[in-house]
Amino acid sequence: MAEKEEVKLLGIWASPFNRRIEMALKLKGIPYDYVEEKLLDKSPLLLELNPIHKKVPVLVHNGKTILESLVILEYIDEAWPHNPILSQDPYERSKARFFAKLIDEQIFDAGFVSMARADEKEALVEKTRELIMHLEKELVGKDFFGGKSVGFLDFVAGSMIPFCLERGWEGMGLEVITEEKFPEFKRWVKNMEKIEIVKECIPPREKHIEHMNFMVQRVRSA
Amino acid sequence: MADEVILLDFWPSVFGIRARIALREKGVEFEYREENLRDKSPLLLQMNPVHKKIPVLIHNGKPVCESMNVVQYIDEVWSDRNPFLPSGPYQRSQARFWVDFIDTKLLKPADNLWQTKGEEQEIAKKEYIEALKILETELGDKPYFGGDTFGFVDIAMIGYYSWFEASEKLANFSIEPECPILMAAAKRCLQRESVVKSLPDSEKILAFAFKIRKIYCV
Repeated sequence: MAEKEEVKLLGIWASPFNRRIEMALKLKGIPYDYVEEKLLDKSPLLLELNPIHKKVPVLVHNGKTILESLVILEYIDEAWPHNPILSQDPYERSKARFFAKLIDEQIFDAGFVSMARADEKEALVEKTRELIMHLEKELVGKDFFGGKSVGFLDFVAGSMIPFCLERGWEGMGLEVITEEKFPEFKRWVKNMEKIEIVKECIPPREKHIEHMNFMVQRVRSA
Repeated sequence: MADEVILLDFWPSVFGIRARIALREKGVEFEYREENLRDKSPLLLQMNPVHKKIPVLIHNGKPVCESMNVVQYIDEVWSDRNPFLPSGPYQRSQARFWVDFIDTKLLKPADNLWQTKGEEQEIAKKEYIEALKILETELGDKPYFGGDTFGFVDIAMIGYYSWFEASEKLANFSIEPECPILMAAAKRCLQRESVVKSLPDSEKILAFAFKIRKIYCV
C-alpha cells in the first residue's frame, strides 16, 4: 500500500541536532519539507508542536510529531527499516546509544562551555579531550562507528564534533583534537568527509565558523 | 548455554531499581552485587570506565551502562516475553520521549529537593510538581503510561515513586493533592511483584534520604 508520506522537519541551520536528522533522512532516501526556525523568534507552529521544550528538531510524519533528536533517529530507523542506521545486535545498539548520550550531554556541555568561559578554557578543553578519547578507542579497526558504513553514531558524533564543535574551536584558534593524540578520530573525519550525504547535510563551513563565534560572544557578554 | 547476568547496583538508587525491575519482569536470573560508591569495585571501574556509575549490567562478560539503556537492552535480548515497549514506531518514540523528559526535567528538581534548602528548595519543589503534573497529563486515564500494560515509562518512574514519601518529608510538602492520578498510578506500580521484590524498605529509603541531606546541607 503506497500511502502518500508527508514528512516535515523543523530546524535551525546551525544546529547539530538537526543536521543529524537530515543525514538519516537522506541515507534512507526520504523526501521531506524543511522549515527553518529562528532561535530568538520561534514560530507558532514550533511552539504548538513542542510546547514542553520549544526546541528543534521537530519531525512531523503524516501528522504525528516526534521530538528529541536521538528519539527521532530511532523513529526514522523503525518507520523506514531499509538502510538501517542501528545494528540489529542489542549489545551494539546499547553501545551506540551510550556513546550518543555521552556526546550530547558531557561532550556537548564541556565543548561549548570551553568556548564560552575563557577562565575555565584549559580545564574544559582537557575534559573534552578525555571524553573524546573514549570515542577514539571505539574507532580502532573501523572505518565508521557503524563499522563498514555510516550509521546512527556517525551522524550523532559527526554533526556534533567535527562539523560543529571543531568549527567553533577553529574560530577561536584552538586545536582540541590533534592528529598526534587522536589518529583514529582524524581518520574517521576524513572518511566522513567523503560521504555524499554527510557533505550535503553539514552547515557551510565559513558561515558556520562565523556563527559559532557570534554565539560564543553572545554567551560571554550575557 | 546458560546466561551469566550480573547487576552492579546500589540499593537506594532510582536508576539501579529500573534494571532490577526490568530483569524481574522478564524472569531473568541474575546475580545482584552491591557497590559501595565511596569505594568502587575494580569490576565497576573496569566495566564502566567512562562514568564509573551504577547500574551496570554485565551479560556474559559484556557491560551495558546507563539505566534506561540497560532496560532497553533487557527488552531486546529477552524479547520473547513481557515487552516493555509497544510495537509501533510512533508509540515507541513517545515512550522514549517521556523517558527523556523524566531524566531531564524531573531529575534535577528531585535531587534539589534533598540537596538544597530555603529559596532554592522552594524552586525545586515548584519545578518538581510542574514536571509531575505534565507527566500526570500524559498518563491521563490510562492505567499505565503505555496503556494497558506496565512498560518502559512506568519502569523509569518507579524510582521516583519510591522516593515520593522521602521527598515529601524532606521538603515538607504533599504530592497527592497536586497529582492525585499520578499518585494512584504510583501506588498501583509499587504493588507489582517485580517492583516489590526490587524495592528497598521505605523506612530504609527515608533514613538514607535524611542521612544524605545532612551531608549536603546543614
